[in-house]
Amino acid sequence: MNIQFDGFYFESLAEFFAMGGHATYVWGAYGVALVVMVWLVVRPLLRRASILNELRQNLKKRQHSLYEESR
Amino acid sequence: MWRWFHRLGSPRWFYQTSGRWLPWLAVLTLALLVIGTLWGLAFAPEDARQGNSFRIIYIHVPVSFLALAGYYVMAVAGAVNLIWRIKLADMVMTAAAPLGAALTFLALFTGAIWGKPTWGTYWVWDARITSMLVLLFLYLGVVVLRNSFSGRDTAGKACAILALVGTVNIPIIYKSVDWWFTLHQPATIKLSGAPSMHPDMFKPLLVMILAYYCFYALVLILNTRTEILHRERRTAWVNDLAVSELAVTELTSNEQ
Repeated sequence: MNIQFDGFYFESLAEFFAMGGHATYVWGAYGVALVVMVWLVVRPLLRRASILNELRQNLKKRQHSLYEESR
Repeated sequence: MWRWFHRLGSPRWFYQTSGRWLPWLAVLTLALLVIGTLWGLAFAPEDARQGNSFRIIYIHVPVSFLALAGYYVMAVAGAVNLIWRIKLADMVMTAAAPLGAALTFLALFTGAIWGKPTWGTYWVWDARITSMLVLLFLYLGVVVLRNSFSGRDTAGKACAILALVGTVNIPIIYKSVDWWFTLHQPATIKLSGAPSMHPDMFKPLLVMILAYYCFYALVLILNTRTEILHRERRTAWVNDLAVSELAVTELTSNEQ
């Protein structure tokens, strides 16, 4: 495969992935950074969803018991 | 002025205002991260001595900056809570601790990976690296301390004091490369004078630093908003929010 971009530093995509023999280090560092950063963003979103879910369930329970009492 | 100050301290106001800015900040952060990463990985020239492993600095330098700047955020928020008893400040502090720990971990981890091909070792007890490890323990200490108290006010005070005492470490980190010239090289970028780096390598680094500042702000706001919801879960406005969001998801799922 031979893709040429203006200013692309490497001769080929294969060389880009090889990183001049330092592939493990470069891709390892970028990979771990990606995982940590995705986790940082996803963590508060999941916690937010679980807080709101719990509130909704509590509200449902309360509505239900009010309904039972009124009968 | 005081009314503005008071409003700024209101968690509900913060939640609603930050909600309006969040999508824009998220788009900006993602764009900067993608541009900076591609530029640094594929377009910047390789370093004459370090080869391609030098490309790790496009993560290492920005996360190290933010690991330090994040400590100021945490300590200042703690101090504001101690002095003025502003609850929002305590929530920001709670949000900053795990984020700072994650960034410090990344700084140490990427530094270790970079060190192997460049210095020939993953780890040395160099002054800069050791003081960064202390920073990681300070962040983790605040997280652990927070969870070990049952009373929220006591926890906030204890964490603020620990964070403030820990600021002693910050100038040590900054100066470590000059005081003990061991292995870690001195700062590449200085406020005074030109950077000791070729512009083709330096420009993507600037983009990445900007990107990580945005990323830090984004995650700090996300964490603070979640903390607000958790602490205000018994209030009417949070319950209304929970119900209205359910209504929205039901509407969209009915349409499909």
